[in-house]
Amino acid sequence: MTELRQRAVREPDSPPEDKESELEAKVDGETASDSESRAEPAPPPTSVDDTPEVLNRALSNLSSRWKNWWVRGILSLAMIAFFFIIIYLGPMVLMMIVMCVQIKCFHEIITIGYNVYHSYDLPWFRTLSWYFLLCVNYFFYGETVTDYFFTLVQREEPLRILSKYHRFISFTLYLTGFCMFVLSLVKKHYRLQFYMFGWTHVTLLIVVTQSHLVIHNLFEGMIWFIVPISCVICNDIMAYMFGFFFGRTPLIKLSPKKTWEGFIGGFFATVVFGLLLSYVMSGYRCFVCPVEYNNDTNSFTVDCEPSDLFRLQEYNIPGVIQSVIGWKTVRMYPFQIHSIALSTFASLIGPFGGFFASGFKRAFKIKDFANTIPGHGGIMDRFDCQYLMATFVNVYIASFIRGPNPSKLIQQFLTLRPDQQLHIFNTLKSHLTDKGILTATTEDE
Amino acid sequence: MLELRHRGSCPGPGGAVAPPPREGEAAGGDHETESTSDKETDIDDRYGDLDSRADSDIPEIPPSTDRTPEILKKALSGLSSRWKNWWIRGILTLTMISLFFLIIYMGSFMLMLLVLGIQVKCFHEIITIGYRVYHSYDLPWFRTLSWYFLLCVNYFFYGETVADYFATFVQREEQLQFLIRYHRFISFALYLAGFCMFVLSLVKKHYRLQFYMFAWTHVTLLITVTQSHLVIQNLFEGMIWFLVPISSVICNDITAYLFGFFFGRTPLIKLSPKKTWEGFIGGFFSTVVFGFIAAYVLSKYQYFVCPVEYRSDVNSFVTECEPTELFQLQSYSLPPFLQAVLRQETVSLYPFQIHSIALSTFASLIGPFGGFFASGFKRAFKIKDFANTIPGHGGIMDRFDCQYLMATFVHVYITSFIRGPNPSKVLQQLLVLQPEQQLNIYKTLKTHLIEKGILQPTLKV
Repeated sequence: MTELRQRAVREPDSPPEDKESELEAKVDGETASDSESRAEPAPPPTSVDDTPEVLNRALSNLSSRWKNWWVRGILSLAMIAFFFIIIYLGPMVLMMIVMCVQIKCFHEIITIGYNVYHSYDLPWFRTLSWYFLLCVNYFFYGETVTDYFFTLVQREEPLRILSKYHRFISFTLYLTGFCMFVLSLVKKHYRLQFYMFGWTHVTLLIVVTQSHLVIHNLFEGMIWFIVPISCVICNDIMAYMFGFFFGRTPLIKLSPKKTWEGFIGGFFATVVFGLLLSYVMSGYRCFVCPVEYNNDTNSFTVDCEPSDLFRLQEYNIPGVIQSVIGWKTVRMYPFQIHSIALSTFASLIGPFGGFFASGFKRAFKIKDFANTIPGHGGIMDRFDCQYLMATFVNVYIASFIRGPNPSKLIQQFLTLRPDQQLHIFNTLKSHLTDKGILTATTEDE
Repeated sequence: MLELRHRGSCPGPGGAVAPPPREGEAAGGDHETESTSDKETDIDDRYGDLDSRADSDIPEIPPSTDRTPEILKKALSGLSSRWKNWWIRGILTLTMISLFFLIIYMGSFMLMLLVLGIQVKCFHEIITIGYRVYHSYDLPWFRTLSWYFLLCVNYFFYGETVADYFATFVQREEQLQFLIRYHRFISFALYLAGFCMFVLSLVKKHYRLQFYMFAWTHVTLLITVTQSHLVIQNLFEGMIWFLVPISSVICNDITAYLFGFFFGRTPLIKLSPKKTWEGFIGGFFSTVVFGFIAAYVLSKYQYFVCPVEYRSDVNSFVTECEPTELFQLQSYSLPPFLQAVLRQETVSLYPFQIHSIALSTFASLIGPFGGFFASGFKRAFKIKDFANTIPGHGGIMDRFDCQYLMATFVHVYITSFIRGPNPSKVLQQLLVLQPEQQLNIYKTLKTHLIEKGILQPTLKV
């Protein structure tokens, strides 16, 4: 049944074929659900429709199980190598990759919605869904661009108007889509249409907001983008390995293949990996500095004086570990302490994103979100554990690392009314004086 | 079946609506033309079938008068059914409007509580509809989780508002400061706890139902909670920004109904057969005029015009200020054709009245789309009203469906055209920065203010 569905996904413009495959699916459906409700069956063979011929020939001798393992392994390495290349190419390319991943994830989830609701024959939906994606992206990118490219925007007159009335324009665009939806309601399909409307909005909420938080993290410094994502990937791989070699007790009914041994082994391995990785990366300016837009060169630069977070400091080792390692103090970057928090989240809570996606796939009776990556499934299958990570990192940074952006505050201040400015100035002055930061001598400078 | 569903909703969830037993149904049973993809026997797809079947038209059903108080019934027992309906609606309308005035008189704090109360009731109504559609009464975790998510999102939004407007109050209390500083982290942690509980509560044969309820909850939160917070933000800007938009929407409802009643002929949209073009256009013009006059009347009073502030010394909300230019009479020269009509060269208007024209136009032209959306929703899920709270009118959501977009529009309008960023928020963020950054900013601000002449260099405060 999943094979049929996948073929249905690839041919969205032939509804009559859908009906036929549906009839066959009715028959197959029972067996598929039965197998799912039984105890863990053997892993089904992967569809090798998309695997390149090269791989097929090279692995034709091995048995099916090892072939699957090799395909997954090779593709994993390919994706990781791709990741490194993109990092090397710089923040602009990273931003574009994030955007593409977002669009592909959106497409995958919306396609599942179409499959579930058989709403191919209501063509307005596809237009409306993509239109809403465009609106929300415009809104979010507009907010980011205004923050980070402030000087560039102020120079160009059309951009300045667009940014000044940005919220109004975004809202108008969204409203247009909303009114189009209301006008497109067709008599016998109200429920379907409302379902697709709800489906689109929840997907936007999940996919688009997360991707923009990822970009915010990226602008904070590439290390805030690379370390969390690597920790999640490492946790995936380590938990799989530990489960493969030592796995015995199942973790959760939703994902029968996950085991407690994998979970705990993955946790410790990820924390160690995070510590090592942040040690390595904290040494390089290009990872550590906030991404800034340089007006003169019209490009992104990562050049700055590293903050305290990325300067080696001496820490006293607690007595317990002193006897083990034999050192009194250790030199670490403060960022490594934060990386422990990030890795812990990636190992303990990140998997819940994976369980959520597993539950979603079981609820809608699909094996994978799509068939984009051979051996792995769709893009969403790879990124399901990343959902919560991006939001967590963003909230973490906002709460513990940095405060608000000072230049943004000055901008906002300059747009206020004079009496409001005076009020804020006086309050700030009394606050600084109370704290002793401002004294008569500093005032006169 | 509609009556059963209705009565099922009144006494509250329970055994009133039992899922029809369909255990022994054959695979191809009732799916003649519409094909569904899933022929499982688990509970998911019994109700998942609801997804793919086309819905049929609902007949018009006279309003249920179960909740009408006895007095009204006795007083109106003489009249025919149509006029009785009309009188009940009229009396309830007047009651609601008087209640509205009363709350306005009692002040902004009561208004905030009222908005919160309405939000909770709207959320409850929509979630109850979701339960009825998916028959998910027997999964008790959902109600807990839905209300928990409502609490989390409200906590997040109120925390952001409170931090902004009560900055001085908050600075004094140590525990509150901790809560404010790490507010986002705490809210996120609370939300995550709910998310993890949801994942852990997934039960084998009910996955789809649970995901539907999860999504239903989130979309409802998106609609009701964000709008209600924008309403409160508008309220803090000045009560007039709360009153004029809401009154315009109510006026549009009433005048469109009246125009349609007396002159209505050409139907407007298939979704709501009772709406007519005459009502729509008549309502538009009367709402613009009404908004214009209401803005004129309200702009005179400081009570409505000033931003709501929290004064720590009196520990309450005050609305006292110097009215901005928006609320000071100015002379506008009339274009020639109006001059001939009114025989005046200039007219004294509050600039706010010009803005009120924009607000009324939105309320009349786009506001009804919110109503159409709600009508479509009700037809999609085969319900006549969201609930039966208000006799003759339906649920709270029925009254507030046109207000959805209005609150967001007013908020966007204010931030784009009227004022810049929120001063208390800027102050709040300033106080959170590092000391060196604060000092730098202080010096920059001082130079700027002295340049502009706002701050005198010799003044020592």
